Amino acid sequence: MTDETLRFAYYPGCSLNSTAKEYDLSTRAVARAIGVELVEVPDWNCCGASSAHTVDPFLAFALPARVLVQAEEMGLDVLAPCAACYGRLVAARAEAARHPDYARRLEKATGRRFRGTARILNVLELLGDERVAAAVAGAVTRPLEGLKVAPYYGCLLVRPPKLTRFDDPERPVTMDRVLQAIGATPVDHPFQTECCGASLGISRTDLVVELAGRIVGAAKLAGAEAVAVTCPLCQTNLDSRQEAAAARLGEGLGLPVYYITQLVGLALGVPPARLGLRRHLVDGLGLLRQKKLA
Amino acid sequence: MKRVGVFLCWCGSNIAATVDVGKVAERVRLLPGVVHVEENKYTCSEPGQASIIKAIKEHGLERVVVAACSPRLHEPTFRRTLETAGLNPYFLEMANVREHCSWVHPDREKATDKAFDLVRMAVARVLKNEPLARGSITIEKRALVLGGGIAGIQAALDIADAGHEVILVEREPTIGGRMAQLDKTFPTLDCSSCILTPKMVDAAKHPKITLYTYSELEKVEGYIGNFHVTVRKRARSVDETLCTGCGLCQTKCPTKVPSEFDVGTGLRKAIYTPFPQAVPNKPVIDRENCTYYKTGKCRVCERVCEAKAIRFDQEDVLVEERVGAIVVATGFDLFDCSVYGEYGYGLYPDVIDALQFERLINASGPTEGKIKRPSDHEIPRSVAFVLCVGSRDEQKGVSYCSRACCMYSVKHATQYMDKVKDGRAYVFYMDIRTPGKAYEEFYKRSSVEYGVQFIRGRPSKIYQKGDKLIVKAEDTLLGRPVEAEVEMVVLAPAMVPKRDAARTAQTLGVSYDGFGFLNEAHPKLRPVETNTAGIYLAGVCQGPKDIPDTVAQASAAGAKVAALFSRDEMATEPMIARVDEALCSGCLWCKPVCPYKAIEARTVTEKVHGRTVSREVASVNAGLCQGCGACTVACRDGAMNLQGFTNEQVITAVDELLAGLRPACS
Repeated sequence: MTDETLRFAYYPGCSLNSTAKEYDLSTRAVARAIGVELVEVPDWNCCGASSAHTVDPFLAFALPARVLVQAEEMGLDVLAPCAACYGRLVAARAEAARHPDYARRLEKATGRRFRGTARILNVLELLGDERVAAAVAGAVTRPLEGLKVAPYYGCLLVRPPKLTRFDDPERPVTMDRVLQAIGATPVDHPFQTECCGASLGISRTDLVVELAGRIVGAAKLAGAEAVAVTCPLCQTNLDSRQEAAAARLGEGLGLPVYYITQLVGLALGVPPARLGLRRHLVDGLGLLRQKKLA
Repeated sequence: MKRVGVFLCWCGSNIAATVDVGKVAERVRLLPGVVHVEENKYTCSEPGQASIIKAIKEHGLERVVVAACSPRLHEPTFRRTLETAGLNPYFLEMANVREHCSWVHPDREKATDKAFDLVRMAVARVLKNEPLARGSITIEKRALVLGGGIAGIQAALDIADAGHEVILVEREPTIGGRMAQLDKTFPTLDCSSCILTPKMVDAAKHPKITLYTYSELEKVEGYIGNFHVTVRKRARSVDETLCTGCGLCQTKCPTKVPSEFDVGTGLRKAIYTPFPQAVPNKPVIDRENCTYYKTGKCRVCERVCEAKAIRFDQEDVLVEERVGAIVVATGFDLFDCSVYGEYGYGLYPDVIDALQFERLINASGPTEGKIKRPSDHEIPRSVAFVLCVGSRDEQKGVSYCSRACCMYSVKHATQYMDKVKDGRAYVFYMDIRTPGKAYEEFYKRSSVEYGVQFIRGRPSKIYQKGDKLIVKAEDTLLGRPVEAEVEMVVLAPAMVPKRDAARTAQTLGVSYDGFGFLNEAHPKLRPVETNTAGIYLAGVCQGPKDIPDTVAQASAAGAKVAALFSRDEMATEPMIARVDEALCSGCLWCKPVCPYKAIEARTVTEKVHGRTVSREVASVNAGLCQGCGACTVACRDGAMNLQGFTNEQVITAVDELLAGLRPACS
């Protein structure tokens, strides 16, 4: 890392405290390994995804805006690993510009002013940052040679492009570069930004099984041994629906679904136990052991 | 005070329904200078004009105001009327009480008041009118046609057939343009080459046409009737006068590069003619790819050339020509389909664009007309044709419709079904637009007789699955998602302006729109003229169109040029800018604001206090000035004035408006 330490306000969100604990563990571990300081946003709240914006537009703004206000007060840019949190934060920034009265109402309710000065980053934006990428490349101790990984960006990271302004919405490349940097082989497949079914997981499981099956199926057909994701909901869907999808497709799937930070952490020499690799439904350790990577 | 006659037009009910013309007449009668007021149902009609002439004579009128429609419509009409009556035609003012009043106001009383105000201002202004006389300029009866596609060829032939010399300039090594790349043309399916190549030969052989291929327009100076153009003849590296076009050099050249003419579906050599029927059939050396130019070794072409025509040391030549008119027919480019990442153009070899498909089905193309897909050279058993790739898409492409893609895609699907009898063809469309003669019937036949399947929906994604391509879309007629498994996809890209269209426009001094298409002078009534006199448009450089429309426009441009050349001199409009040299300080702020490059500095010599001094002043070129008035606004000294629309006249009219109704006196 350069002399100047990179510091970010870290907003884990609810998922990273529960189902996606391994995303939280691995993100912090990677940051530590490359000397990026993550300062957790104090007294953070839920971003509102994915129910607030279907109920009340102001609430949908106010919840993420309050998180942003905290970060602004810390004088730091925000790192939001969860794609849904990230989506809500960038949406709040845009809503503030569209509704000047929102900031006033928020100030009235919380006594704090929203300025919209903090930059909002997702994990790939952080890892794609020139300085961070150089630090990662320099710190790789266990390149993931021979591991064929299908990058899966999901829908929220790149859309709507006007808000996220991150990578190409149809053909993103950031994760491919990160995978290359850690010695893995990115596998091109057609469904990198297709929806996994997201919030329909409970209400329309049949749909999610079909969508998740298609994504993992395409990755497998393209020759991938694993999938890398950046979103807790994607991870849950792709991980938990594989068995049902395989039954429907009549072919085995069984691709472990890793958070990109888990793979980066592994390559940086973080012990597998501290990356939460046991927390997946489709065995995450077996493949790595077989490849002598864990 | 001059004797003014005012003629108030009803324009049927167009004006009279909203404006109380009688009331306006009553009030106008009281204005100073007005000696005669008359209403007429249609002032522009023959009896209407006759009554103006009669009134001029009977009442000794010296100035005339016509309160009617826009001067853009009938000012020339009434000027002729005044001329017939023996008055200077510029002693006319028009008050636009139709477009500026009756058509846009619902309130009769207020509209009547406003009509009176407009007439009042016109009366005040007409009293300040000075007699103006038209000038004349000589016309050089030679034309420059820029671009040797079907538009340029047609315009050149029409002008040449009218007996005038034409210089036809083409950037590529051959004329023929886009049409030469096409296989068949809709809706008659006649072969593009069979109807084009004879015209190419006609153009080359025409005694009145001089052909400059592999050449570009460098500079344009002058004005209508008197343009000086400089053309850069790029070095072919081949002596055209010696070359016999035997083609041996092309056979022996060891360097192969992707062919631009085949849009990358085939290869050409470093010394090449783009296609066998090229006109002129003389090759050029592509110096960027030629081994000799890159390494100093090879010279195979020189060794095999029996005519000794290879000239490695040839240089560009600048040719200067004088012409009286210019036809711009510079054509178009195609939208880059790789902008749509979701379609995989450039990623999946079997996703191609429509021009590449034209080369694949063309008998003289790289596959000799067999539809073989690029990846494995197999004949695809199914093909999807995707319309509007770039067109009608403000997010990723352009807002406009490219007009020809529906029809050529229908043609492609029909041709495919004709060649691959058991094949399947899908056309994904938003709307099918068939507004030409026999177009709708052609479209219908494609589905009824050939079994082409039309799916209304813009694909959201195209991806590869094994050796197949999956096209995903919503069928918006069924209201459900569909997926088509096909073996090849053909995208119909938007037609976009030539990449250097803006530069061409700037070189010529013509205006262009936000996309880069050149602007016509009027979208309906002056579709082939530009706002710069003497420069005409033909073909897609003006906007997307198909071959019939292009040829029609090219012939129209040719007719305009022939009409211009039918006279030895042409009258110039006197309503142009004039410099009062005594007031001009020579700051030349007027020069950069002039859109027509009509203002130049001029040195005048005068005696001041007995000493002879020289100083710079602005000078207006009467041939170039279009009378827009931009310079008069920029002039700090008030030295620049637009004749017939002087600063004094404008101020008088405004004063009149502000003064309100004056008491009756004369």
